[in-house]
Amino acid sequence: MASKSDTAATSLEQTRTSGETFVRPKGRAGGLANKEWFLFLLFIFPNFFFLILFTYWPLWENVRLSVQQTDLLAFSAEPEFVGLKNYKWLFDNSTFRLVLRNTVVFIVSCVGLTLTIGLAIALLLNEKLRFRNGVRALVFAPYLLSGAAIGIVWAYIFDPRFGLLAQILGWFNIPSPHWLDRPEWALPAIIIVYVWKNLGFATVIFLAGLQSIPRDLYDAAKVDGAGPWWRFRSVTLPMLSPISFFIMVTSVLATFQAFDIQQVMTAGGPAYATTTLVYYVYEQSFGQGANFGRAAAAAIVLFISMLIVTAIQMYYTEKKVNYDG
Amino acid sequence: MASATTFPQVSVSKLWGYAALLLVTLIIGLPLFWMLSGSLKSIAEIYTFPPDWIPRNPKWSNFREAWTTVPFGRFYINSAIITFFGTALQLFCGVLCAYAFAFLNFPAKNILFLFVLGALMVPTEVVILPNFLFFGNTVRDWFGLEENWVNTYQAIVLPGAATAFGTFLMRQGFMTLPRDVLDAAKVDGAGHLRTMFSIVLPMAKPIVVTFGMISIVNKWNDYLWPLVITRTTEMRPVTVGVRLLFDAEGNNNWGVIMAGTSYVILPLLLIYLFAQRYIIDGLTAGATKG
Repeated sequence: MASKSDTAATSLEQTRTSGETFVRPKGRAGGLANKEWFLFLLFIFPNFFFLILFTYWPLWENVRLSVQQTDLLAFSAEPEFVGLKNYKWLFDNSTFRLVLRNTVVFIVSCVGLTLTIGLAIALLLNEKLRFRNGVRALVFAPYLLSGAAIGIVWAYIFDPRFGLLAQILGWFNIPSPHWLDRPEWALPAIIIVYVWKNLGFATVIFLAGLQSIPRDLYDAAKVDGAGPWWRFRSVTLPMLSPISFFIMVTSVLATFQAFDIQQVMTAGGPAYATTTLVYYVYEQSFGQGANFGRAAAAAIVLFISMLIVTAIQMYYTEKKVNYDG
Repeated sequence: MASATTFPQVSVSKLWGYAALLLVTLIIGLPLFWMLSGSLKSIAEIYTFPPDWIPRNPKWSNFREAWTTVPFGRFYINSAIITFFGTALQLFCGVLCAYAFAFLNFPAKNILFLFVLGALMVPTEVVILPNFLFFGNTVRDWFGLEENWVNTYQAIVLPGAATAFGTFLMRQGFMTLPRDVLDAAKVDGAGHLRTMFSIVLPMAKPIVVTFGMISIVNKWNDYLWPLVITRTTEMRPVTVGVRLLFDAEGNNNWGVIMAGTSYVILPLLLIYLFAQRYIIDGLTAGATKG
């Protein structure tokens, strides 16, 4: 019985290996599969090692921290399991609710403005104008620059007395607000900087999308007597809808993670006006009065929010956001 | 009659087009110009209203002052080390892993690939605290060290060594290579290491360079993690260093501060000038994957 299945197995092995020998030298066929598996594991090892050590394991650690209470003053004390207490504390806390509100306002404004202005500039750059490649390169440039440095440059631009913006507003006799010192102006200021810096990404992708729309669709619309606005509504927008959706989701995820601009310009202030979720995690982890449990819980709230956005993206991409408009 | 009306109409719309182009150029360009012009202004000139667009007596010493107020030389060395090793590690991990997923057989390969992609959903911001604690305590316990690794180069670089995105991007690139060239190499008895170095990498050079560029840009600009994990001025990269200059000059001596921000921005602008295509392709990759 045993020998029978053994022979069956070897013959199966033989047929399988002999089936592949037209590519592989016959002499090496026996150990080849195992050797290749070994090589596969060897090649993926470095990447997997670091992914596990610095992404997956800390994610689990974060979950664990978020259900514990760590007393930072008593070093010897074992962390105490507290269930969802940290989460409850967060959602009962008015500052955290303000942080959530800021995050939503920040994301919706940044993404809305980036998409609208980015599309407008892409439409412009899609026209056959001279210098348009140069302008495209210029529009993209801020996207690759350090947010910390850009934030500092804009702090100078926003300077209410001697800044560039004060000068421009002065031409129209509008007094410059004290952008970064006033709770009602600080978040709009950060949004302006963020949109300015990240416009180029949306512009370049929209432009690529525009250039892939077949010309004959426009010709057909023209034949049907559609004017420019109607052609835009009935051809351009529907054809761009998959790429707009992509840009929207990518931008939402990126905006969730925005940190350096706020950190240098306002440090989350004044009065938490520019503290977003990421900034809150940072502050609860390393700022004054740090609380690891709450920081970890806030980080998980951030993670789950982003996961939901990704899930929505996958759901709709599956359903194909497409040309039916 | 018809052509007589369309001709001026076209040029008028062209005119509007150029006006709009100029507006876009000003909106994006003016802040950068303001930085450069500011970096050459003396305090007196900064505090004159209306401000001068072009400094009357360019004060080049702002650059020297920025360099000595905070140790920019040191910051540059740190950023160079972090960017070099960070990019090298990401290329090493990414290329090997992408090659394995593109060309080697393994059971349950798809599940392992999902494991790589899953990491894309965990942003570094979510795991800064556990990673910080890792370098603070865990490393010490694991290796029985005297000192922890906070404020060391390895702590700055290692958490960014792996790459899920690079693996995905380069695997896509590798899979578009013509299959018969690779099979020919196999028949010639070339091992996988030789196939990788003499065939796959040269042929897939654009995608590898593209990813290398993204990596350089990201490592150079990285802010949050270096801010958290470095403790002394000597260990700060330029992005955190310019913040120190900003604090030191206290919202006041903008000329010197703008010279400092130029130090951070100019190296990348220079690279951008020469490798524009790779950088734009790289930073927008994923959108055009089809």
